[in-house]
Amino acid sequence: MGLTGLEIFKQLPKKNCKECGQPTCLAFAMQLAAGKASLDACPYVSDAAREALDAASAPPVALVKIGVGEKAFQIGNETVLFRHDKRFEHPTGIAIQVSDNEDVKAKVDQINKLVFDRVGQVHEVNMVAVSNDSGDAAKFADAVKTAQDNTSYPLLLISSDTGAMEKALEIAGANKPVVYAADANNYEAMVALAKKYEAPLVVKGSDLNSLAELVEKVAGLGYKNLILDSGAREFSKVVADQTQIRRQALKLFRPFGYPTIAFANNDDPIMESVNASTYVAKYAGIVVMTSAAPEHILPVITLRLNVYTDPQKPIAVESKIYEILNPGPDAPVLITTNFSLSYFCVAGDTEASRVPAYIIPVDTDGISVLTAWAAGKFTPETIADTVKKLGILEKVNHNSIIIPGGVAVLSGKTAELLGAEVIVGPRESAGIPSFFKQRWLNK
Amino acid sequence: MAVTIAKERWTSKVAEMTLGPNGLKVGGETTLPFLHFEGEMPNRPVTALEVFDMEPQDWPDILKEPFADVLSDPVAWAKKIVEYGADMVALRLMSAHPDWKDASADEVAKTAKAVAEAIDVPLIVLGCGVEEKDGQILPVVAEALEGKRCLIGCATAENYKSITAASNAYGHSVIASSPLDINLCKQLNILITEMGLSLDRIAFDPLVGALGYGIEYAYSIMERARMGALTGDKMLATPIVCFVGMEAWKAKEAKDPDVPEWGPQADRAILWEVTTATTFAIAGGTIFILRHPESVKRFNAFINEAMKSNAY
Ligand code: B12
Ligand code: SF4
Repeated sequence: MGLTGLEIFKQLPKKNCKECGQPTCLAFAMQLAAGKASLDACPYVSDAAREALDAASAPPVALVKIGVGEKAFQIGNETVLFRHDKRFEHPTGIAIQVSDNEDVKAKVDQINKLVFDRVGQVHEVNMVAVSNDSGDAAKFADAVKTAQDNTSYPLLLISSDTGAMEKALEIAGANKPVVYAADANNYEAMVALAKKYEAPLVVKGSDLNSLAELVEKVAGLGYKNLILDSGAREFSKVVADQTQIRRQALKLFRPFGYPTIAFANNDDPIMESVNASTYVAKYAGIVVMTSAAPEHILPVITLRLNVYTDPQKPIAVESKIYEILNPGPDAPVLITTNFSLSYFCVAGDTEASRVPAYIIPVDTDGISVLTAWAAGKFTPETIADTVKKLGILEKVNHNSIIIPGGVAVLSGKTAELLGAEVIVGPRESAGIPSFFKQRWLNK
Repeated sequence: MAVTIAKERWTSKVAEMTLGPNGLKVGGETTLPFLHFEGEMPNRPVTALEVFDMEPQDWPDILKEPFADVLSDPVAWAKKIVEYGADMVALRLMSAHPDWKDASADEVAKTAKAVAEAIDVPLIVLGCGVEEKDGQILPVVAEALEGKRCLIGCATAENYKSITAASNAYGHSVIASSPLDINLCKQLNILITEMGLSLDRIAFDPLVGALGYGIEYAYSIMERARMGALTGDKMLATPIVCFVGMEAWKAKEAKDPDVPEWGPQADRAILWEVTTATTFAIAGGTIFILRHPESVKRFNAFINEAMKSNAY
């Protein structure tokens, strides 16, 4: 990360033999610094130099892959403290915890249902965390088996007992679950287990100092597929530690160059949800919760979607004719913008009205109705052009369109440009069902 | 291995504002939200609940319920809010809206005065949202409330002059609204201070969106404004007002009583309001204008935790 050509050049053999395809070692170093060549092209670099260059070029926060198959996901590779500086890269994985003391199957069935449709994408939780609260290795293994048999989400195995972890990994190890956790007492055995299954391993300290120390020891054993837990559980300490770990990682303090895990677990599900949301915004790679009730999870998933949106790129939909519930020639034509949230509000409420309709999102570079109007992107001209280009009025028999109530002022000029009737709809899309009842179906 | 704690050396601070008969203080922080290990947050973020001066038209039942007996009596409603534990009362002069009762400045000023007299916490007075009308009524309201140290809003680029002049003359502070843009916000703060109102009597409102409805824009604007404030940009160093209730209770997730896949409305609606608020609290928000009393309770429980020391 960020090595200059000259710093790289110092590590090269300086033979200028051209075998890398570059005229000199210095030229090759410059290509490397620019990310345009790979170190493998030089057959003569020493192992020591390779290690030094690899380490220096590693990202500030390592990328960690969790699980296998369709529900596998990645965390880490973050490069900023504030989303406005660039963007957050890999959305926090949300894990719901099941105790081996409870009915594992029932809870896993609940977790499997935490799937939400939002702005046309599916959003869901990511992991099932099984915790060895019973202290009994056989019971833990059973719970892990039940969880694995009943969900396709990756697992997070929580036990400090290496014997219990070994049994659990015999069952679930092939699916690369997260192993929680290596602490000062058990780390040698936990590292050996994680290594055997190439599973991500959480390193757990009791504060930042002990965490850094333990990470060094684990790295000394040759394992770097890690996730960090500073041990903090009090809300304000978690926020401080998460901030420190991210700051230190960006300063290339290597022991903290890994994603983190934070526990929001709380007997009060509302506090748990609010804390989990904060940890999503404040750098957690994985956040653990215990509630599997949708009302407590939906806010966390929604905030994750919002905070991890690329500030440079609003989520947009394609500007084309969308058909809701098989519309025919007498169906209404609704005009909105191609900001995905605007489109999906309108689509959702139209569906709820059970009136078949066409929806036409005007390309406004993915910004909302009022924003686009204020920015001069949602105008009589852009509306008329889109309607004409898509030929929607040729598909219907009523020569009229409906525009959002917030931009009622556009109606006159748009009607003129289109030679069609322009009806002003309600301000909020939630008003569409009653609008259809009162103003469209009686038409 | 000893970790050297990474502390930023901030050079500046957010202005501290004093409000109401009880001298409630907000702002004054010398670090980013809740990073107590590197600076001070001398005052905790505060809450207000809204009172309308006429029965609200579009509130869902779950929101009306805690105020069922007082919805048409702003004075009783305000007292109830204080009982519910809000730090302030936010009176919204909806009746002045030309689409509603188009009430006159004198009429709404009378209501504002009655409310202010009935409570011992600071009063926030909000116009009807029509800039021109607010520019007419708020100066009259400001005069009627002389000496009450209210927070008056919203002043916009269109109407700030009359509102600022009156607030200055009668000892109030103002809310300066500008749409989600750091430069517009600075610009308005400059215009207002040029009229002689000191910075510790301005709070800015970035026109926030709710969770799921553009929250990330205001989140980032607040983070940027706070960084600016702490690194010496005085014109960004004012407390931040977040109109959370107004936005959160527009969201389907809060309003809709019957969406089985989202779970029962009670917790879901409260969480929509509270999560919107706490998210802004960690970005730098100072004054939170909410609508449901349960949200105040939950938000305060969160702030209690967040205000605990995390010194290393
Ligand atoms: C987030 C936001 C932004 C973001 C844009 C994000 C985006 N992708 O759109 C950013 C920061 C970029 C932005 C910028 C600006 N913004 Co802005 N922004 C907002 C904010 C907070 C939320 C917008 C939003 O996402 N709403 C949610 C979507 C879903 O709403 P919507 O598209 O309107 O759809 C709803 C309805 O219109 C209706 N609907 C939609 N389609 C249809 C169709 C039919 C047929 C019907 C019946 C109904 C219907 O249903 C939807 C749900 O109810 C609003 C304030 C607010 N709280 O609303 C201001 C707001 C829209 N912005 C405003 C302004 C002025 C601007 C700027 C011009 C300011 C500036 N800084 O220069 C710029 C312009 C941007 C540019 N030059 O490109 C003003 C517009 C004022 C006005 N009425 O003219 C607003 C209203 C703030 C205010 N009160 O002053 N903004
Ligand atoms: S192959 Fe290696 S030694 Fe030869 S020129 Fe390239 S960098 Fe230098």
